[in-house]
Amino acid sequence: MPRQPQLLVHDHRDNVGVVVVENLSAGSDILGVVTEDNSEIHAVCNQDIPIGHKVALCDLAIGDSVIKYGQDIGRVVAPIRRGDHVHTHNLKTKRW
Amino acid sequence: MATVKRTIWGYRRENGRVGVRNYVAILPLDDISNAASEAVAAHIKGTIALPHAYGRLQFGEDLELHFRTMIGTGANPNVAACIVIGIEPQWTQQVVDGIAKTGKPVAGFSIEGNGDIATVAAASRKAKEFVHFASAKVREECPLTDLWVAAKCGESDTTTGLASCPTVGNMYDKLVPAGLYGCFGETSELTGAEHLAAARAATPEIAEKFMRTWTAYQREVIEAHKTSDLSDSQPTKGNIAGGLTTIEEKALGNLEKIGKKVRYIDVLEPAEAPARGPGLYFMDTSSAAAECCTLQAAAGYVVHCFPTGQGNVIGNPIMPVIKISGNPRTVRTMSEHIDLDVSGIVRREMTIAQAGDALIDAIVQTANGRYTCAEALGHREFVMTKLYRSA
Repeated sequence: MPRQPQLLVHDHRDNVGVVVVENLSAGSDILGVVTEDNSEIHAVCNQDIPIGHKVALCDLAIGDSVIKYGQDIGRVVAPIRRGDHVHTHNLKTKRW
Repeated sequence: MATVKRTIWGYRRENGRVGVRNYVAILPLDDISNAASEAVAAHIKGTIALPHAYGRLQFGEDLELHFRTMIGTGANPNVAACIVIGIEPQWTQQVVDGIAKTGKPVAGFSIEGNGDIATVAAASRKAKEFVHFASAKVREECPLTDLWVAAKCGESDTTTGLASCPTVGNMYDKLVPAGLYGCFGETSELTGAEHLAAARAATPEIAEKFMRTWTAYQREVIEAHKTSDLSDSQPTKGNIAGGLTTIEEKALGNLEKIGKKVRYIDVLEPAEAPARGPGLYFMDTSSAAAECCTLQAAAGYVVHCFPTGQGNVIGNPIMPVIKISGNPRTVRTMSEHIDLDVSGIVRREMTIAQAGDALIDAIVQTANGRYTCAEALGHREFVMTKLYRSA
């Protein structure tokens, strides 16, 4: 049985992944799996990130699109560094 | 496993449909008939009252939806027989006549000129007769694919799109080609994935019908009343706590529950019964759990699959709701609500195909009579969809 991943990524085009374990703390070097083909990636997290929340896989600037499922899920509204928590403080819908 | 050859033990109704529960429903036509309906249900064992908030001074499309929901609920194969109670005789009879088309026993009682007490006495006598009729019914072996199985997700989080919604999608990919009727809805909650939803229609005409329906909802409901993040309703506070940030992200997870291959063959009005034969259907519904489930039950669906991330506790009075979660924290902290734990998917201990098979097993067990968590806990949310204010 392979080691349990702490992060799942839907698609290779994605620039965020989802934390799937509880109590992930800042500074962790984390193992991710891309569910599309079960390939492994290595990521970092700069803050304590709750289960279910997103981590940036690369640096993102204001106005960039966040990609998940290979699709656009909204625009960056505050600068994001690789390993940062991505949520309502730095990502906003383009719809309403 | 040859899922297509599996069978369940259900109630074959007069019109050939298969039910998995055997209720004698006491259906109030309007809000002011709730008291009499609940009195009958308290008096006669083996009946269930379905109180709700509306039915007076509605008109036009909104009234049509009310009648469609009432008739569809009484006509659902999980209902063996039905008593309808309304304040006035004419509208009561209209619902009785609609339900009677199924061939099942149905009788109407009106309160005006009689009062609650005489109405309850007369309706109780008939309800007792119906209880004897229903309780004499015996389950028979039916193909699994005779079931109509609806789906809707709620209190979603990021695990919904990773685990519980793909589980439902896998079930549909396996059972719909074998003859199952499926249904998904939640028009506004497909926003951000509407292009992908349109692409899953069986024909360009059906895709166009979907886009017309989605656009009309956007224009008439969302644009007319729009606020930032729809006042924390899309996504909800629970969604955000679970890690979902935007409607686009939520919609993409939501759409995972129609699987990878199956295509929908029609776009239904709220509570409209599917009429194009076996297959997956899209229904124009709100994304509020109780409203959506009530509409799907009224369209004739007899089992419901409900993926949840943060732990929605929804049930329905006549349609068993199977709760599926892939969030390891939720299955630990809210275990009494979760019928199927698929958190093994996020630990990479379980594949989506294995989870889909486990869901099919859960559907079979539920159809055979095993209570869902929501049934055991007494969840009977019955909520009418209202299109606009009454006159």
